[in-house]
Amino acid sequence: MSFSKEFTKGIWELNPIFVLVLGMCPTLAVTTSVKNGLGMGLAATFVLLCSNIVVSLIRSFVPDRVRIPTYIVVIATFVTMVDLIMSAYFRPLHHALGLFIPLIVVNCIILGRAEAFASKNSIWDSIADALGIGLGFTLALVVLGSIREVLGSGSILGYPIVWKGFKPILVMILPPGAFLTLGLLSAIFTKINNTRA
Amino acid sequence: MSDGLVVSSSPHIHSPEDIGWIMRQVIYALVPGAAIGVYFFGLPAFNVIWISVVSCIGVEALLQWLMGRAITVKDGSAALTGLLLAMNLPPTSPWWLVVIGALVAIGLGKQVYGGLGNNPFNPALTARVFLLISFPVQMTSWIVPRPFLLRSADAVTGATPLGAIKTAVFMHGNLAAAGKISLMDLFMGNVGGSLGEISAIALILGGTYLIYKKIISWHIPVIYIGTVFVMTGIFWLINPGVYANPVLHIFSGGLMLGAFFMATDLVTSPVTVFGKVIFAIGCGVITVVIRLWGGYPEGVSFSILIMNAFVPLINRGTRPVVFGAGR
Repeated sequence: MSFSKEFTKGIWELNPIFVLVLGMCPTLAVTTSVKNGLGMGLAATFVLLCSNIVVSLIRSFVPDRVRIPTYIVVIATFVTMVDLIMSAYFRPLHHALGLFIPLIVVNCIILGRAEAFASKNSIWDSIADALGIGLGFTLALVVLGSIREVLGSGSILGYPIVWKGFKPILVMILPPGAFLTLGLLSAIFTKINNTRA
Repeated sequence: MSDGLVVSSSPHIHSPEDIGWIMRQVIYALVPGAAIGVYFFGLPAFNVIWISVVSCIGVEALLQWLMGRAITVKDGSAALTGLLLAMNLPPTSPWWLVVIGALVAIGLGKQVYGGLGNNPFNPALTARVFLLISFPVQMTSWIVPRPFLLRSADAVTGATPLGAIKTAVFMHGNLAAAGKISLMDLFMGNVGGSLGEISAIALILGGTYLIYKKIISWHIPVIYIGTVFVMTGIFWLINPGVYANPVLHIFSGGLMLGAFFMATDLVTSPVTVFGKVIFAIGCGVITVVIRLWGGYPEGVSFSILIMNAFVPLINRGTRPVVFGAGR
């Protein structure tokens, strides 16, 4: 496996949202706007990258029995860093994401990559994997966030983009809108994948 | 064939009923209710009806063509969904609201599940609730009904009976502020509300026709309305100052339309008689809970959709024992 192959598989073939269907909780909850989706995606990518590196480095001497608690401690360390940094420098975003930043600790994607990939592969491959999966996650959140923000608030990145008389479809920025958009996007994704295969 | 002698295997007697026939009967049964809506709300109501029917048929044909399925708009199920959707919308709905409703009803309510017969939720109600949550202002602007001949130029907005009750109880803690609501007006349809829900008598007539034609059984409508009557009756006896009387409850809002035409949807209601009883009681209880204590004045559409979700479970729980098989 080459670096570029490990990197690209996370964006398409193993896209964490549309193919693996992992990390649904933050996906459904924070994608009410592009900004929230981007913030969440980048925070998770940072944690994923750091945890993959550390897990890959310590993989040879972590006892099998305590590997999950060990991974959780590693992940929690980086989540705490992200939480404190965001709270110091990105107040409004930190406020908007709220509880979902600390919840990255138990994000299935990050734990899943530590268990399924980083604990078995070299550090170099783990970095590629983390970047690919992280980018795939971020892109999915941004796509979801833009569709929901345009339809539900009539704006993108906070700038109004619609004609006069446009009525926003409120349901799109409420929880049902998240499920509807995610379902339709997954269907389109599967359709494209089936056609290509 | 030419001499009328057909050699074939059994069955030799077959019923002329097919999907198209059933859909046509339901549409006929809805005509009185829709006509009363047009009589009291005029041209805008008529426009809502034809825009809704045309866009539902169009969306169904378009989606079936896109998905590479056989185009089945001729069976009338899309037209029926369109008519039901129109009857669930305010008579003053702008055209784009109706078109979005048609997209949601046929697209998200029906075709994503695989078309007619596979949808777990009633398509027209799915669309109504989608619109109600998305466009609360447009979906709750009611005009005062005025018969065709007594029409002046400007429409006057007013509250629905259930809306007036909710506001009165919420603002003043008792029913007195809602003013007097004439039961005769509720029965005939001279009240504000969705296009097709206003006239109890027209909907009962249509529903009776469907029961007579054996397209629906009496269980769901009678038990649904009965549950609402009994439950609101109990609370009315406890405190008539805050809870409206049960007769008013069963004749107002969307209960008649919902009980006869939406809860009995052949696709989304239980198969067995006992299952229908459970389904109808569930609908009734949820409707009353939302009407008396919920945030919305009316709960019929929510209650039917919630009970729709339980239909597979109810069907499984009430499966009859095969003849001859011991318990």
